[in-house]
Amino acid sequence: MMALLEVEGLVKHFVAERSLLGRARSHVKAVDGVSFSLEAGKTLALVGESGCGKSTVSRLVLRLIEPDAGSVRFDGRDLLSLDADALRKFRREAQIIFQDPYASLNPRMTVGQILTEPLALHDLVPTAQRRERVAELLRLVGLEPPLARRYPHEFSGGQRQRIAIARALAVEPKLIICDEPVSALDVSIRSQILNLLRELQDRLGLAYIFVSHDLAVVKHIADRVAVMNLGCIVEEADADELFARPGHPYSRALLSAIPLPQPHAKRAKVVLQGEIPSALNPPAGCRFHTRCPFVIDRCRTEAPALTADRAGHATACHRVNELPPADTILPAAGGFTPALAKLVAAFSRKTEGASPAGVGIQSTRPTPT
Amino acid sequence: MTASPLIEIKDLRIRFHGDDSRITHAVDGVDLSVANGATLGLVGESGCGKSVTSLAIMGLLPRRTTEISGAIRFDGFDLLKTADQTLGDLRGNRLAMIFQEPMTSLNPSFTIGDQITETILRHRGGSRKGARERAIELLRRVHIPSPERRIDEYPHKLSGGMRQRVMIAMALACDPQLLIADEPTTALDVTLQAQILELMRELKAASGAAIILITHDLGVVAEVCDEVAVMYAGEIVERAPVDELFSAPQHPYTVGLLGSIPRLDHRAERLATIEGMVPNMARPPAGCRFAARCPFVLEACTKARPPLVEVGPGHVTRCIRAPLELLVS
Repeated sequence: MMALLEVEGLVKHFVAERSLLGRARSHVKAVDGVSFSLEAGKTLALVGESGCGKSTVSRLVLRLIEPDAGSVRFDGRDLLSLDADALRKFRREAQIIFQDPYASLNPRMTVGQILTEPLALHDLVPTAQRRERVAELLRLVGLEPPLARRYPHEFSGGQRQRIAIARALAVEPKLIICDEPVSALDVSIRSQILNLLRELQDRLGLAYIFVSHDLAVVKHIADRVAVMNLGCIVEEADADELFARPGHPYSRALLSAIPLPQPHAKRAKVVLQGEIPSALNPPAGCRFHTRCPFVIDRCRTEAPALTADRAGHATACHRVNELPPADTILPAAGGFTPALAKLVAAFSRKTEGASPAGVGIQSTRPTPT
Repeated sequence: MTASPLIEIKDLRIRFHGDDSRITHAVDGVDLSVANGATLGLVGESGCGKSVTSLAIMGLLPRRTTEISGAIRFDGFDLLKTADQTLGDLRGNRLAMIFQEPMTSLNPSFTIGDQITETILRHRGGSRKGARERAIELLRRVHIPSPERRIDEYPHKLSGGMRQRVMIAMALACDPQLLIADEPTTALDVTLQAQILELMRELKAASGAAIILITHDLGVVAEVCDEVAVMYAGEIVERAPVDELFSAPQHPYTVGLLGSIPRLDHRAERLATIEGMVPNMARPPAGCRFAARCPFVLEACTKARPPLVEVGPGHVTRCIRAPLELLVS
């Protein structure tokens, strides 16, 4: 089966400093040789710490910024050779949702206008039927159609993120890039948006690239996970495999650093010492060697290649076969006590089928007194 | 259970007077206490009043627009009735606070050394040289590499994790008895968060200070707290020892929160959601404030505000349907 998206050897270096004559003096190696592929209807998560290049990759894939090298193939087409017209057509098929729903919606446009714009731009729906289509989009994301007349400031963060999702869906894309879509939201709202994203994927067959630093969220939503460190993918595997058997010391450290909502959970801790090195001047050899507890001399000079085993679990580490087993990093099965599991189920069951999530906006309107 | 607590908050009520004579009930009848050496987690979502409570303890709320009643007893003082001068002596000395944003809470035009020694000189006096030595020692305690050199750097030269360490060093400058940490790791990456949490555990063990940790992250609570108070719409809805809260929560809001976090130890098809919205705090509802969103609601819930009732040792909940296990068995 052909992949929907194939990314090969993607490179992007930003100029950090120029000389008087405008010559580049130093570069931030934001993305340095990244390859992956994504099948239709699946979710690939890009995870890593601030500055690892995960957001840059997502923008390169959409050609919101131009790569320095590498190729991006979408549905068999080479994106980097598209002219402006063809690129606009491509944008119909791939959309993006940003982290901050307060900054990504135009405050001067009503929700109706925000959702009509992509329809008009791509001339998708005859003018007379656009209003109906906007209503349909709002219902799809769990909002009432009359809300189309309101402005973004009248909505809460979670509702705004729903509007951003509706806007992305307006052009019926095959791929949506979700760049930290739930990081700015409260936990109870976060779960609504995560549920919505999964529902939409099942219904519409969407593929997602899910950019996140939150591994618990990633485990919930991703089919495949790529872990990035300083512009490179250091490990890539199916989600269940990666969480059960993290190979790369960096992935292990990330997993062991997540605070678990289980007091006194027994697990091995890998607390990294030292700071994240700058992408301006990444360490030679393996870029993780300055913080790696398993470092040997070879790591300091020779960069390890990303090599996959037979099951498709790829790791970029010289010592991948010598590392101790990683099964104590996450407790095997904690979860809820049976009584609590029942209670949570009852909580969810009862709220299901209630009025659609977050529809009322009573508290965002100033109340006359 | 314990001797008299280090800090005791009684019936704290905070109202903000906004434009058009709108009054927001930010905190409404909060009772809390923390013993020496204990760590209390204060949990809740945006706008529940957790940060406002901490600002009230520190005396940092704007006087003109805020109406505060109740009592905050700390070591013989009622902080709400203490003169500014005395409060100034306590703050940064026996009471210290760490804020969420290490990027904005340091002054960019002074070196970190200047900022730490300022605190020491204000409260401890002594020589500049002695204060500087103490500052270096503090930076070493929070694991800043080569502190002798770092002390003369300006905040912009430091990464986010380092700045948060400097904030912690500053808070510890005078060995506070109570440390309030308001979302201390929210702005940091997970690996740095793990380092800071480790550091907080270490410092707690070494100094015996009491900590109030304000966070929205239940994972962080499980890692460092002994006891948890859950806030919703300006009230404490549940308070319990940490193990109890995670294994047998007794307020539906807590159940919803626990069910809505994605977990690493098992994969749920759907996460629990808490439908509806937080009530308008200019006109809080008469009955239980969670009633409109609660799947277990009864008519009685909307009539009168439920009291905090004890359901186990040190475990209280503001829900008339507790114990909740009976609802599903």
